[in-house]
Amino acid sequence: MTAQDSKGIPLTTPRLSATFTPDVNSDIRRAAATGIYDIRGGGAKRKLPSFDDLLFMGASISRYPLEGYREKCETSVTIGALNAENPIELDIPITIAGMSFGALSGPAKEALGRGASAAGTSTTTGDGGMTPEERGHSSKLVYQYLPSRYGMNPDDLRKADAIEIVVGQGAKPGGGGMLLGQKISDRVAEMRTLPGGIDQRSACRHPDWTGPDDLEIKILELREITGWKVPIYVKVAGARPYYDTTLAVKSGADAVVLDGMQGGTAATQDVFIEHVGLPTLAIIRPAVQALQDLGMHRKVQLILSGGIRSGADVAKAMALGADAVAIGTAALIALGDNDPKWEAEYNALGTTAGAYDDWHEGRDPAGITTQDPDLMARLDPVEGGRRLRNYLKVMTLEAQTIARACGKNHLHNLEPEDLVALTMEAAAMARVPLAGTDWYPGKPGTTY
Amino acid sequence: MQTLDLQDVGLRTVNATLHAQSEQTNQTAWEVTNPRGAHAIACGLDAPIEVSVKGSTGYYCGGMNQQATIHIEGSAGPGTGENIMSGKIVIEGDASQYLGATGHGGLIVVKGNASSRCGISMKGVDIVVQGNIGHMSAFMGQSGNLVVCGDAGDALGDSCYEARFFVRGKVKSLGADCVQKEMRPEHLELLTSLLEAAGIDADPTEFTRYGSARTLYHFDVDNAGAY
Ligand SMILES: Cc1cc2nc3c(=O)[nH]c(=O)nc-3n(C[C@H](O)[C@H](O)[C@H](O)COP(=O)(O)O)c2cc1C
Repeated sequence: MTAQDSKGIPLTTPRLSATFTPDVNSDIRRAAATGIYDIRGGGAKRKLPSFDDLLFMGASISRYPLEGYREKCETSVTIGALNAENPIELDIPITIAGMSFGALSGPAKEALGRGASAAGTSTTTGDGGMTPEERGHSSKLVYQYLPSRYGMNPDDLRKADAIEIVVGQGAKPGGGGMLLGQKISDRVAEMRTLPGGIDQRSACRHPDWTGPDDLEIKILELREITGWKVPIYVKVAGARPYYDTTLAVKSGADAVVLDGMQGGTAATQDVFIEHVGLPTLAIIRPAVQALQDLGMHRKVQLILSGGIRSGADVAKAMALGADAVAIGTAALIALGDNDPKWEAEYNALGTTAGAYDDWHEGRDPAGITTQDPDLMARLDPVEGGRRLRNYLKVMTLEAQTIARACGKNHLHNLEPEDLVALTMEAAAMARVPLAGTDWYPGKPGTTY
Repeated sequence: MQTLDLQDVGLRTVNATLHAQSEQTNQTAWEVTNPRGAHAIACGLDAPIEVSVKGSTGYYCGGMNQQATIHIEGSAGPGTGENIMSGKIVIEGDASQYLGATGHGGLIVVKGNASSRCGISMKGVDIVVQGNIGHMSAFMGQSGNLVVCGDAGDALGDSCYEARFFVRGKVKSLGADCVQKEMRPEHLELLTSLLEAAGIDADPTEFTRYGSARTLYHFDVDNAGAY
């Protein structure tokens, strides 16, 4: 029996708006109550064209596969051999992205260093400087050179295995950083030369250079200070990947780190995370095109990040032309971030495991994005490092499984021809054919 | 005195030679001739040596300096003494933009004027300018002292934290959250010692002190327009 009103007229079913969804309405109520935008951690949560929209074709009569356990599929990568006396040699093409001490606890940074080193890869500092925990436990450490220059000093610079000049981050192309007072412990404050407990902003632009001509001189200065020993990376957000890659290479970068909009952040305005930047899938081909146009593909390495989760993602990124990838969020999840075992505590914070993103508040039940001594103690850096190592190994095995199926004896030999797309959008962005066709939107030679 | 002719030996040799000097070096006096506006001269030094650069320099001369004393006998390009940690840089002429950007320590003295964004994001460096400074100076200054014997341009000390500013002449405008402050005896004492260290003869009592009102230290919706 359908519901009726008092006059016997049938009621229509209550219908939620596709425009004013419960999520949107809760955003409006929050804004009305506080008068300030919502800040959160993590990357874009909206559905985007992604690596999930691509498939490998595998071997067939015309392509023969490699034997899983017998025939080698190499995974090593060298970064920065163009100018550096000591390029970075990695066993696997999956690196740990820059995440700041301050956003993350000391033990979390240590765990990242341990896991990455055990897996034969590098880890990266972040806004807030280099900690002894991290340097001590990372066999290869990339030192970020950020607009804020918190904790920046030449001694640490010379301890680095590579330098990464950060121009932008995928979660917030054109945005600076922020660290709210709850997380400015005495140690964090001291490293940043700031009073404790204040809400702290990081600049969005470098204080002593603007534009590619200056960047070239800045790179020269950093090379002179470090005696041309270590590679210099330039990290840019996925915004104008063709031109940004071109300009980074022309400025003298040894490697370009390109971060798509799914890329995580420690704390940024939600509106920024969800509405500025390009999806990771869309930025690879233009960047690779730029490198090819300059004759620099495989000479200047392309390191891709933003929502990389599995060996399949790694293989797809590499097939599209990346030399390596970087992971942030996935590494934190491997350490224990958003683990359902803390569900009761997530509930107490008004959220649920898998959705917790108030990393800026410093109350992380998993003890990773916090400076609270009791919470921090929940993460055992040795165990965390072991978990990260396992995860990196699995990703590598997965990528190798796919590469062998495609008949490739090195992950770098994967190519766009190994891929098809499931959607028109993904076909256009990745420039690989829609599955079952030989066509993608924008394919050269297509007549409309 | 050891001489390095930059046009002759090239930048790499100049810097590598200066970097090779250790704490105990006997060769403490160096001159770099023919700089001709080259970039990154004498950056990353880390020894108690004295380096005279005989002419004008390009970007980042003395960048990240530790311990060394660098004399620029000319004018200095953008970002001179950026992120200086310790030691001293003296510029006989004028300094371009971003002088001493993010400097963590040490002293920079300018005998002429300094351009815009002087002391941007300073984190402990002391900067003494005999002439005037340009706009947006000491933007986001965190710590250290900026002394200006002449005038300051627009938006001095915008969004500053705990850096202190002493200006003898006029300030065209103060930046967000930067206010005039009382000159107490301890500030006069500090200013006297800074002027003395800089070798500049000026009366500390003629200066006005500025610094952070600290109203932007915590996000507050009523200040949103100022961020
Ligand atoms: C907690 C956290 C802190 C971060 N801090 C920094 C930082 O200090 N500097 C930076 O360049 N990127 C920072 N990032 C971004 C990462 O370097 C990287 O671009 C991003 O995490 C990659 O995307 P993914 O998280 O989807 O793997 C941070 C990311 C996270 C999750």
